[in-house]
Amino acid sequence: MNFPKELKYTTDHEWLKVEGNVGYIGITDFAQGELGDVVFIDIASDLQEVAKGSSFGTIEAVKTVSDMFAPVSGKVLEVNPKLGDEPQLLNSDPYGEGWIIKIEISDLSEAASLMDAAAYEAQLGH
Amino acid sequence: MKKTNFYSIHQKLGAKIVDFAGFQMPVLYSSIINEHKAVRSSVGVFDVSHMGEVYIRGDKALDLIQHITVNDASALYDGRVQYSAMCYPDGGIVDDLLVYRVSEKEYLLVVNASNKDKDVAWMKENNKFGAQIDDESDEYSLLAVQGPNSKATVQKICDKNIDLEYYHFFKAKIAGVDAIVSRTGYTGELGYEIYFKGNEQAAIALWDSLFEAGKEFNIQPVGLGARDSLRLEMGMCLYGNDIDQTTNPLEAGLGWITKLKKENFIAKDVLVKAKEEGLKRKLVGMVSEEKTFPRHGYDLSLEGKVIGKVTSGTVSPILDKPIAMGYVPSELSAEGSKVNFLIRGKEFPATVVKFPFVKKG
Repeated sequence: MNFPKELKYTTDHEWLKVEGNVGYIGITDFAQGELGDVVFIDIASDLQEVAKGSSFGTIEAVKTVSDMFAPVSGKVLEVNPKLGDEPQLLNSDPYGEGWIIKIEISDLSEAASLMDAAAYEAQLGH
Repeated sequence: MKKTNFYSIHQKLGAKIVDFAGFQMPVLYSSIINEHKAVRSSVGVFDVSHMGEVYIRGDKALDLIQHITVNDASALYDGRVQYSAMCYPDGGIVDDLLVYRVSEKEYLLVVNASNKDKDVAWMKENNKFGAQIDDESDEYSLLAVQGPNSKATVQKICDKNIDLEYYHFFKAKIAGVDAIVSRTGYTGELGYEIYFKGNEQAAIALWDSLFEAGKEFNIQPVGLGARDSLRLEMGMCLYGNDIDQTTNPLEAGLGWITKLKKENFIAKDVLVKAKEEGLKRKLVGMVSEEKTFPRHGYDLSLEGKVIGKVTSGTVSPILDKPIAMGYVPSELSAEGSKVNFLIRGKEFPATVVKFPFVKKG
């Protein structure tokens, strides 16, 4: 399993990539492995803001469904348009093409308080 | 937690292992969808050694089986298999099972792993006939080889011509091992189930022979995840989901195995009465065009009222849309009836369809 060092992580198995005040959010390699084949990403079409720790949508996999929780609060800039046709990008490229939403981070200190790769991996018990 | 003789193979193949019915079983090796499609398009192998194998032997073997099962086992002949069910006196289902007639005085009952101990206790409790009941589950390995290329694969390592009709079996050698070869399965595809005894080393050797034989067809190991989605596409019942001690076989759509004209069997009176009075609910198949998927336990609704429950649901890898089984009031059970899946507080329209969801050419 792979946990890029440049990302921040949550206990709910989301990652956050920070570029200035812009954040990309996705699910970790561990999360996609646990979910198995992802078949649909359900995000409200009128989603404008996300709040740290709250659900902003669901991931439907063959065997299960899982909520996605925002690692930080912010204004939604974009939902990954490729996921509509290719939800399996979450499985094949969870940190790249499989990013889920792009936001404008409201408070960068929220990002600073998330786990780094080593801490995330440690809490997975690896 | 028990392990089958193929556990080390599953580990080596990187399977995701889960606890299931007291066994550590592979739920998937790579992807449920890919494994599912391998079975529909070519050939896949399932380790289902967790299933229970119980022999009923002796002069009174048939008497016991006739008493505890709903189908008519007297119609069986040597080499014939029958799908059946055992019921409690109130009509609730103890388990669904396969009945193999090995000979007039020897029958093999194949039961669900999760119910095996309960089933054996039930057989013993109702054995007023003095038949011999031998639980040989721990001695048997069982591989299901399923898919359009299963026949060509198994034929290569079988010492007999395997022109078996559906629900027939024989004893043969598979890769030199004494086995019961049965044309049965839980996928709706052409397929075989191979029962055999022997240690881990022998089991692994047979597995390897099978994969060598199926190499030209790109034979794949398939986990319990795809086993579930494959049987669901066919509308086949899963005990614990679609049938259990609170459902009777008639409402579960198993009237075709419930022989109410059979002289006598446990629950006959209750089932006859239920049929006369008319069934209140029926197990149906439902599909929707939405992208949100119904799951086991979700409610079914109509005009804001809960009318039933989803017993099994998933995305069909072949149809690429939500499919579900569930109980609805009889008046809503006709093909074309409209119901809703109630998913996280929202209603998603669905239509009642006939089984199977995926029609096989």
